[in-house]
Formats: sequence, C-alpha cells, structure tokens
Amino acid sequence: MTLAALAAQLVNGLASASALFLLAAGLTLIFGVTRIVNFAHGSLYMVGAYGAWALVDRFGPASFWAAVAAATLLGAVLGALAERGVLRRLYDAPEMLQLTATFAFVLITRDALLWLFGAEDRLGPRVPGLAGTLTLGPLTLPQYDAVLVVAGPLVLVALTLLVRRTRFGLYVRAAAENRVVAGALGIDEARLFTLVFALGAGLAALAGALQLPREPANLAMDLPAVADAFVVTVVGGLGSIPGAFVAALLIAEVKALCIGLGTQTIGGVPIAFPQLTLVAEFAVMAVVLTLRPQGLFGRVATALPTTTLPEQRALVARGGRATLLAAAAIALVGIAGPLLADEYVRVLATDILVATLFAASLQWLLGTGGLTSFGHAAYFGVGAYAAALAARHGWPFAAALAWGPLAALVWAALCGWFAVRSHGVYLAMLTLAFAQITWAAAFQWDAVTGGSNGLFGLWPPAWLADRTRYFLFTAVVVGGAWSGLRAITRGRFGYAVRATRDSPLRAAASGIPVRHTQWRAFVIAGGFAGLAGALYTFAKGSIGPDALAIPRSVDAIVMVLLGGLASWFGPLAGAGVFTWLQDTLARTFDYWRAALGALILAIVLLFPGGIGGAWQWLRARSR
Amino acid sequence: MVAGTLAMSGPLLAVRGVTRAFGGVEALAGVSFDVAAGERVALIGPNGAGKTTCFNVLGGQLAPDRGDVQLAGQSLLGLAADAIARRRVGRTFQVAATFASMTVRENVEVALRGVGRDAGLARATLERAAAADLADRHAGTLAYGDAKRVEFALALAVDPVLLLMDEPTAGMLPRDRRALMDAVRMATAAGIAVLFTEHDMDVVFGYADRIIVLDRGRVLADAAPDAVRADPRVQAVYLGEDAA
Repeated sequence: MTLAALAAQLVNGLASASALFLLAAGLTLIFGVTRIVNFAHGSLYMVGAYGAWALVDRFGPASFWAAVAAATLLGAVLGALAERGVLRRLYDAPEMLQLTATFAFVLITRDALLWLFGAEDRLGPRVPGLAGTLTLGPLTLPQYDAVLVVAGPLVLVALTLLVRRTRFGLYVRAAAENRVVAGALGIDEARLFTLVFALGAGLAALAGALQLPREPANLAMDLPAVADAFVVTVVGGLGSIPGAFVAALLIAEVKALCIGLGTQTIGGVPIAFPQLTLVAEFAVMAVVLTLRPQGLFGRVATALPTTTLPEQRALVARGGRATLLAAAAIALVGIAGPLLADEYVRVLATDILVATLFAASLQWLLGTGGLTSFGHAAYFGVGAYAAALAARHGWPFAAALAWGPLAALVWAALCGWFAVRSHGVYLAMLTLAFAQITWAAAFQWDAVTGGSNGLFGLWPPAWLADRTRYFLFTAVVVGGAWSGLRAITRGRFGYAVRATRDSPLRAAASGIPVRHTQWRAFVIAGGFAGLAGALYTFAKGSIGPDALAIPRSVDAIVMVLLGGLASWFGPLAGAGVFTWLQDTLARTFDYWRAALGALILAIVLLFPGGIGGAWQWLRARSR
Repeated sequence: MVAGTLAMSGPLLAVRGVTRAFGGVEALAGVSFDVAAGERVALIGPNGAGKTTCFNVLGGQLAPDRGDVQLAGQSLLGLAADAIARRRVGRTFQVAATFASMTVRENVEVALRGVGRDAGLARATLERAAAADLADRHAGTLAYGDAKRVEFALALAVDPVLLLMDEPTAGMLPRDRRALMDAVRMATAAGIAVLFTEHDMDVVFGYADRIIVLDRGRVLADAAPDAVRADPRVQAVYLGEDAA
C-alpha cells in the first residue's frame, strides 16, 4: 500500500479515537466519583442517536447541531433520573448487584426505543455544510470526520478544565479521592452524584448523536458500544479521563493500522490484517493489562477482602438427611412431572436443565469464587460451537459432546489468565470484553461458524432423537455434572477457592497461590458452562451467535441472583423460574425484555438474597 | 524448603541493607538486622518510621529497591507471599485476616493444607494458639480479640520457623492480650523466632528479648530492652520534638 493510503487510515483512526473517547469519557467519570460501572452507558449512547434522529427527522437537516444539543440534554436528564430513582439505593451494594441493576436499564431502554421507533435502522442526515470531503495534501477525508477528529480533544480539554479549574471539579476530585472526607467537608454528596451521573450520561448521548451521520441509529448499537467503552476505560485506567483518551487513541490507531495494512504476506503466509481488528483490540488489552493491571493511567487498587454474607455458608454446609430427601424429591418431581406432561413441557424442562448447569457453573464462580464474571456465556457458546463443529466434521456424538467442554476449558484458560489478574469491577469488565470479542468472532467468521445464521441440523443420534429420551439423557448428564461441581465446592479445592474469596491476604499468607487458585476456579467454571453449551446445541439442533451474546451472560447472572447466590438449589430454582417466565412472556408479550428488566430491578432492590435467601429467611422465622 | 531442624550457624533471619523509596521518600534507608531462632524481637518506632514497609518487604508484599532478606541463608527476595509461607514464615496482620465464611477449625484446616500439611493437626494447632475453645465458632462472627487468637493459630499452621506479627495485641482487652503473648512466648520456647511491631510499650518491654528502634527508615537502636530504655536518642525520638 502507499504511504498516503496508510496516512489516510491513520487520520481515519483519529476520528474513530474521538468517537471512542467520547463514549468512554462519561463512563470513566461516573466510575471515578460514584464507583458504579454503568452498563447502560451504551443505551444512553443509543438514546442519543435516536433522539438526534427524531429531531432531525422532524425539523430537517439544518437543525442537526440543535438536535445534537437536545439529545445530549435528554441523555443527561435520563441519567439523573436513573441515579435518583434506583442507583442511589445501591451505592453500598456489592458491585454485581450494581452492574445487574444497570443492565436492567439496558433491557428497558431497548424495548422503549423499539416501541417508539420500530425495529428498522434509522439513517442519519448529511450534516449541512459538512457533507463533502476535505483535501489535505495527498489526503482526502470526509469533512464530518474532520469535525470528529477535533471534537475528541475539545471534550478532553473541556473536561480537564472542568475538573481542574471549577468548584464542581474540586468536589469531583475530592469525592474521587475519599468519599468519607468529602462528606465531612460538607460536600452535598447526593447532589454531586446526581450531577456527575447527568454529565456522564450526557456525554454518552452526545457520542451517540455525533455518530449518527456515520452510522444509522439501530437497536443493536448499545452492547457493542458499552463493550468498546469498557475496553477503553480498562486499558486507560478506570476513573482516568486522560487515560481514556490515550487508550482510545491507541486502540483506534492499532485497528486503523490493521485495516491499512490490508493483506500482507509474511514468511510466505498471507495474512489478512483487516480481519484481525478484533484480535488487535484483544491483544492491546492483553499487553497493557499484563504489564499494568491497573491500566495505563489507573491507580493500583488494593485487593480488599471480599465481603462475604453469613448465608454464603449454606453453599458448603454438609447437607443433612433433610437436604438429601429434598434433593431426591426435587429430582423425582423434576423428572416424573415432564414425563407425564406433553412434549412441550419436556422440551422446556430440557432447556431448564441446561440452564441449571450453566447457572451452577456461574454460581461456583460468583458465589464460591467471588469472581464477578459478566461474560460467562462466552464459555457456554464456545462449548456449543465446538460440539456443533465436531458433529459437522462427522465426529461421533459422544466425542462431539466431550469436545464442547474441553474447548470451553481451553478458551477459559486463556481469558481467565488475564481476567484473574484483576478483581471486582475490573474483572467484570474484562470478562465482558472477552465475551464480546468471542461473540464477534462467532458472528463474523462466516466460513467456520456460519456467521449470523449459525449452524444447523445438529441433532443427536437416532437412539436419542426422541425428545423424551434426550430429556432423560440431559437429566442424567446435568445431574452428574452438578453433583460433581458440588463435590468440588465441598472438597479441598473448594475450600481453597473460598479462602481466596474470603481474604486474599490471609490465603497467600497460608501458602495458597491466590491467582493460580482463582484461575483454576475460572477454568472449571468455563468447562461446566461448555458442557451446558454442548447439551444445548443438540437440544436445539442448531447454534447461533445469540447463544454467547452479552444478554445470555446476564440471563445467567439473573438466574443465579433469582435462585440465590448461596443456596444449593439456587441454580435449579433460578433457572426454572427464569426459563419458564421468559418462555411465557416471550410468547405473549412483545416487550418481554422490558418486563425482564423490571423483574431484575425488583430482585436487586427488594430480594437481593433471591429465592434461596427468601427460603432461608422464612425458615429462620418459622423456628 | 527449609530443613526441619536448622543445622546452621548464622542468624535465622538476616536483613541486609534494605532500601525502599516511595516517590523520592525513603521509607527504608539501608536497614540491617538479624533475628536468631527462638528469639522475640520487637520492631518499634514512631509513625512513619518504616515498620509497615519493613514487614511488607519481609512478607513478600513489596520488593525492596536494594538490599537482601535471607531466611536460614536463602534469599526470600522475588518470592510471592504464598511461597514465603511455604518457606515456613507465619504472618499475622494489623487488622486480623481470617476466612470469614468458615468455622475456626475449617480456617486452620485450610491453612494447614495450604502448605501441604495434614488437616488432622487442626486441633493441636488451635491448642498451641490457646484458641481451642473457638474451634466450632464461625470466624465471621468472632469478637475482635478472638479473631486475633484465631489468626495466631493460622500463622502457626504453616509450621513456622519465623513469625511476623504486625501489632499482635492492638484492639485487644488486657486479659486476652496476656493470653496471646503467653502463647507467643511458648512458641518461641519451642524454637520459633518472632518479629513483631507493637504500640503498647508494656507488651514490648514485657515480652521482647531485644528491641529494634526504627526512625525515618533507619535503625536507631538495636539492643536489649534495658539498654533501649536508657538510650537518650530513643527518648528523643519518642518524647522530643519529633513526637509532636
């Protein structure tokens, strides 16, 4: 390629970097002050895009800049409302509950926009006066991109001045430094947090509105946006605005370089660099986090002992005869019930069993390990795809089924190796980013994964083709795997994992290699999720990228929360109620996602202990 | 692994010229001292003298800029905290750290297995720490003084040749304080070396065989309690203008 073409790509990269920075700046600002990672940041971005589109549609392209301003304001108002209404109650809650609550907003926002605008993409306007191209020496680039190139640094300067030079900025810095002292100094924390949320949300909406001329507003733009924002903030260092800028620049330019390089032959092997942009993003993140786990500009966070609830003991308590009887009764009813009912119930029950194993693997990670994963579906999906591909290549059923969890295990070993270097929200964001990359690979790698259509015709062999038989087969496999996982939880390794969760400091001082132990816990969770995925493939006869998308990871978290983080029957209770509810809602109600979002908010705000917690509470009261 | 019996002539712990700076301020500026097997040594000094930094270097939480730390002739530098525990260095923290979701017995069992020892030793270990009465209690529900006793049992679980105890009696009632320090004394009678920091001067002068005084990252005095008590420089550090 020519030098001029490469330079054009690099300038293009600058425009992308600005867009990325605008997206990430609000997220990192909100985190810096409130310590909340806002999952709905991508949704505010989407609101910004749709808001600007609606106004331009109504008032014509000449109103574009006014529409951008109005959309920004709309985002700020929505952010302030969400903070006042819900998030304020969660400042002292575990981060998993905070993240899950903000995900409820993702679901609600998506359905609200679906209701308002319908499902089709909304094409943005050509911005008046900026529709042409700009020529700089040998370079030509769209004039609007030039505006974006400037917008990023402008916002960086404005935010820096705001934080460094104003009274509001002083309060922001004080609150970021030490919340208690800031309160003692008479800073009105409640008002400050609302303002910061409004500012951050406004920035997200601004980013979305400014993106409109480059990318149509659509209902699928929220999660990729938030995943991008997570990568940028984690690489830059959570809470650091300059860090977000440098990270956005780094990532956008590495991607631009990949596109600019085109297909190059290295050592006789042709490598199509444009297809490697995802890998490049992953590589940048991996390199930075290996060298600096706190991100480029982040501060080292001390590893605090994970607070543990007394009821988490229930996870390991040696079950007495009553527990054994209860388990036997559940198994009996769970198997006999569907056998007596019609085929539809057996299919649903198979789904519930698969979801139970998936939820149990996540409960092991979240509850026993204290490792907040927001991308657990990646390992479910890798297991599902691996089994599907093996079946495609003519492997016998048993081998294909075994290959699923094995592949998931390998992928979890790689992702987990980076993930366990961090903890808390960092870990949650990293796992989410890995899951997003895994999803994108499944979605884009047409030749292997069938792209967005996925793979079809993957039925179990004749002796299992009958739905009833496959249900029984699933019951046996899930029952065995779940018992195995419980044996691990209650065994030596389970205790070591809990030790690293209860107190990393004490665990290390007792000779337990903390990171290595957590890594192994992560790999085990990935393997069991992969087995659930493999069972899923043959239950459905097909597999598509939805099986490993972010919403599926959150489904699993909701199941675990619904069942109770600490309850041994939690995964079954949570998976059962959730799967049944989703099935019923999805058949009767177009906006079931919003209903699910409302359900999540209700759990998080009212019953953080889930079904298992409520059960224990009732039992304690009846004594 | 250190041999079961330490057939060697040098000191058990040898700290040599350890220096560690934080952003230009030297928290430790060439600190050297020895601790022999069976010896109880107190590390004291005013706030900011470098006690915590010194403990974190010895425990593997912090790497020094210069200098060396040797246990029975082998350097501990570059070892992670868990590897140092497996070299038989037991540790207690300023704020007692235990496994809150487990019973006290399970706590000790986990700690025993962590260094590859038999979990069946839990009872005996708790008895050595004078904490056998707590065996079936939940670690997360213990009173602070009890948690400190459990933590001492966890430190003993690594079968230590050296114990590093950061403020072992802080926040304890006088009676519990005596019980714990008597257990420490019994441990040293069995040949374990103990290096501890402490704010309570009654504990320091009542239990230490030797006292090392740190001031601004340097060793100001390293002598028997009586000699340290009489040292005018130590008095100046604690009572003079620096104390204000």
